[in-house]
Amino acid sequence: MTSQSKASERLLLMTNLDPDSRPIEERLRDATIDPDLWREMTAELARRADAQELLDVAFERHDSPLGRILVAATREGVVCVGLPLDDEEALLEDLARRVSARILRAPRAAVTAARGQLDEYFERRRTDFDVPLDWRLTRGFRRQVLEATAAIPYGETASYAQVAANAGSPRAVRAAGTALATNPLPILVPCHRVLRSGGAMGNYRGGAEAKAQLIALEGGKR
Amino acid sequence: MNVPASTKAGPQALPPFSTVLELHGPAILRFCRSEAGRDRGDDVFQETMLAALRAYDRVRQPDAIRSWLYAIAARKSIDAHRIAARAPVAVADPEPAEAVLQADDQSEVWDDVARLPDKQRQAVTLRFMADLSHREIADVMQISEAAVRRNVFEGLRRLRGELDAAGADRS
Repeated sequence: MTSQSKASERLLLMTNLDPDSRPIEERLRDATIDPDLWREMTAELARRADAQELLDVAFERHDSPLGRILVAATREGVVCVGLPLDDEEALLEDLARRVSARILRAPRAAVTAARGQLDEYFERRRTDFDVPLDWRLTRGFRRQVLEATAAIPYGETASYAQVAANAGSPRAVRAAGTALATNPLPILVPCHRVLRSGGAMGNYRGGAEAKAQLIALEGGKR
Repeated sequence: MNVPASTKAGPQALPPFSTVLELHGPAILRFCRSEAGRDRGDDVFQETMLAALRAYDRVRQPDAIRSWLYAIAARKSIDAHRIAARAPVAVADPEPAEAVLQADDQSEVWDDVARLPDKQRQAVTLRFMADLSHREIADVMQISEAAVRRNVFEGLRRLRGELDAAGADRS
């Protein structure tokens, strides 16, 4: 008898044994879903939900030199960018409360465009972002501050006082700081370009290190 | 549906649907596949989740989301069964009923579950695959808790019998 036929005989013996002699209750509990199938099912669900207008917020995770960035968009445009230091779960819960709980991971056009442009930005092939933005998570003076911030050109910086003045309230430096700290659209609205008056880096929701990294990337003066 | 009142004061925030999908989705998909067969089950899963999304902002008790999802899935599965039952007449498929009843490919025990009577099949699936309590299953199936226990018991008894018979065939 060849070794091959011995092996197949062993295999036959093994398959002849009851493959699963555990109690019925245990066998019923044991049924897993293949990860590939799950990915396919969730992608299909996102497509159908979007087509039926049941998807209010679509998000994707994006790997960048800073770490993992979360990009979320409504039908109107990008509504939230999460930085690596942000707690992703808290961010999604916040979106559920303030925008809509109909949130799914999905490749909506604005999200895909923002991801592509972020890649170009980090490769120094892009200085301005051109994606539709949904400003609904900020309003009033805070929004004015962020719009003044959006006007700071690539590679340049401004002080908190300058931004407050450009937003129309020169004395509201502190409030300007709060507006920047709660910027829902970091990087796209470049709050990292706002520094302390003396040129010190100042705070950043994504961490001082990330702020320094972005300033260095843009080759800006300190 | 009868759900226990929330113990927390004030309305609880709805979790992002993405979290609900991650948490309960795979088990719901298994349930749909074992209830409606593999291919039809995938559609039933999609229909279940779309219906859940459509009604999601009307959910008042986030604690009860899981059994709420199973209730939707159970309804959609029954619809699928009705369609499947009519299918052999409507189309000239040689063995459509059996094909539709082919359960999840993961484990042959689910092939046997698929052949149980409707109520036993649902009760057994909700108990062991979905891991719902008897109370939750009673809500989902709209029958009494005692009827749930009876159906689970009868279903398990029948499954043990079929497995013994299968074992006898093999030897």
